[in-house]
Amino acid sequence: MYRYDHYDQKIVDERVVQFRDQVRRFRNGELSNEEFLPLRLQNGLYMQRHAHMLRVAIPYGLLSSRQLRALADIATRYDRGYAHFTTRQNVQFNWPELDDAPEILAELAKVQMHAIQTSGNCVRNVTSDQFAGVAPDEIVDPRPYCELLRQWSTFHPEFAHLPRKFKIAVSGTEENRVALTVHDIGLQLYKDVNGETLIRVIVGGGLGRTPIIGSVVREDLPWPHLFTYVEAILRVYNRFGRRDNKYKARIKILLKALGVEAFAAEVEKEWAHLKDGPATLTGEELARVAGHFTDPLYETLPATDAGFEQHKADNVAFARWVSRSVRAHKQPGYASVTLSLKPTGTAPGDLTAEQMQQVADWADQFSFGELRVTHEQNLALADVRLSDLFSLWKKAKAAGLATPNIGLATDIIACPGGDFCSLANARSIPLAQAIQEQIDDFDYLFDIGDISINISGCMNSCSHHHVGHIGILGVDKNGEEFYQLTLGGHAGHHAGQRREAALGKVIGPSLSAQEVPPAVDKLLRAYLLHRIDGERFIDTVDRLGADPFKFAVYGADAHRKEAAHG
Amino acid sequence: MAEIIRNKEVVQDDWTVLREADAPLPETGKIIVPLTRWLAERGALKARKDVGVWLNPDDDPAALVDDLASLPLIAVDFPVFRDGRGYSTAFLLRTRYGFAGELRAIGDVLRDQLFYMQRVGFDAFAVREDKNIRDALNGLADFSEVYQASANLLQPLYRRVARGGAA
Repeated sequence: MYRYDHYDQKIVDERVVQFRDQVRRFRNGELSNEEFLPLRLQNGLYMQRHAHMLRVAIPYGLLSSRQLRALADIATRYDRGYAHFTTRQNVQFNWPELDDAPEILAELAKVQMHAIQTSGNCVRNVTSDQFAGVAPDEIVDPRPYCELLRQWSTFHPEFAHLPRKFKIAVSGTEENRVALTVHDIGLQLYKDVNGETLIRVIVGGGLGRTPIIGSVVREDLPWPHLFTYVEAILRVYNRFGRRDNKYKARIKILLKALGVEAFAAEVEKEWAHLKDGPATLTGEELARVAGHFTDPLYETLPATDAGFEQHKADNVAFARWVSRSVRAHKQPGYASVTLSLKPTGTAPGDLTAEQMQQVADWADQFSFGELRVTHEQNLALADVRLSDLFSLWKKAKAAGLATPNIGLATDIIACPGGDFCSLANARSIPLAQAIQEQIDDFDYLFDIGDISINISGCMNSCSHHHVGHIGILGVDKNGEEFYQLTLGGHAGHHAGQRREAALGKVIGPSLSAQEVPPAVDKLLRAYLLHRIDGERFIDTVDRLGADPFKFAVYGADAHRKEAAHG
Repeated sequence: MAEIIRNKEVVQDDWTVLREADAPLPETGKIIVPLTRWLAERGALKARKDVGVWLNPDDDPAALVDDLASLPLIAVDFPVFRDGRGYSTAFLLRTRYGFAGELRAIGDVLRDQLFYMQRVGFDAFAVREDKNIRDALNGLADFSEVYQASANLLQPLYRRVARGGAA
């Protein structure tokens, strides 16, 4: 993974000094609340319901064991002994004191980490494929491009006060595993016939209040133009994006207002001035950064391992875990392992400091000292020998991190919700737990198979409920928590299925917290009733439409009720 | 006379910003008029050598292209510091249109934005009156190194130095 040189380190160290002084000036009244707000946000510091929340960047999801130990140490010393991993490959501490934030940033800087631009109206942490560099179907390793964009966007002077937040995702596979089309910019890397890397530029996707699938604005962009093209897009957005209404301020609204052709023409016109200019990426710089992402020292191993096969045959529980948690690897004899942060009864994505220490040890022992944070709020060890899987499983099981539910109905994606977040209309975590309890039977879960259930506590859609096969959105009805169910969403990829991203549709009137778990159960049972020939949940929904599912949840008067609620 | 930051120093300033488009023009003295006024009375104003122009966030700097060689000063207004359009305005004036005179940030101009403002090409800062301008001066030195190209440094870090030395 990328290691800072002394320039990277200096920039991060100077940020700590700057923020320490900003906190001091806020405390002594030199900075007003309003003036301090964007400063702390661009350091990942939110004011939550009960306390501050600090969001730390895990650039494109890559983490070393040393960094994870530092996070565990911070959780112990400055928080309540745990941290929360997010869908954008970040990690959040829920209880830090504002006055400790500079110290925490200093601790992070020691292990080459930061909280820069993890919030605020700026270019956020770039996200990518959690299995970058090890996926068998990878065409271009996206990690160097992600790191180049991280550096390019860090303290970009012109784009630190955008109309709204700005999220970039990068993918190097044909299969869209990074939700490219629901990002402000999605960059898909591929190769031309000569092996040169090209970029497909997708702009204007996003979820939130106005969910929109992004549009292709440029095909076949040669890689040296990465920065200048992104700069052109951001300049058009910074100048012409709406600033009068925060709900209409994302680039997707500008693109819709202009139309994709006119928007693309604006970008091309701007880019004509920048093309081949000094911000053009050089082969030397690409090679320098790519040099940090070479393969670890894999052993030459056979493609199968007899011991591993034997354990699978002997141990049903192990075989079950392997079937959900272990993923094919480009290197013979190796596999990628996902550790589930979703055992029934815990907050999805939470990990205790003790578990972090254990995962760090396993990363050292089994996976070259590195790990990944996944978009589904789990952790992954990317480079595990097949012969080590059984030992790893036993350790993970003892630590509560081997629930065999990756990609199953209890692998619920949930935001922190009303328990923590001051924006939320409703709680997410207790609902996720109640749903898990409702369907907590492995025979049932395995029978249902691949599915994604996403719970967002408000329209900001931090858990991407629009692209959940089943989406659950918290709404406020006269001060009470209710939940809207959507069906048929798709992020463009789930558990090996390839398809276009799609937004789910609301299937009926919103339900109380008590009504949601049985309703989800009814949706799942309706699927089991109607599926044919190994169809997955989303396939059955696509084939039949929402009606049988509406009927299952709302009964014969589904349509009447829906009409009554407008 | 008010104080401003110019070329990284606090100095006395003798320019007056005419905020209202229809304010009476003083006979003498250095004035900064709104773009609309400039465009309406360009001939008369151009005859005076002591007139600058200020731009709103949504003014197009291209409107001044023919005047850039003779204008001594352009100011860009930040009605609220969170409105970042002025950064692109400054960048374009410096790099695309080649404006070489004084480029001044006016309005809600605060210490914690000065570093970014100087990078996109501002060389003068009318720090908001209730703030300590000497304290604000420190904001220009928040960072000693930057990654990207912008107006004050046209080459990105990877073209300026040999990178890769251990941290």
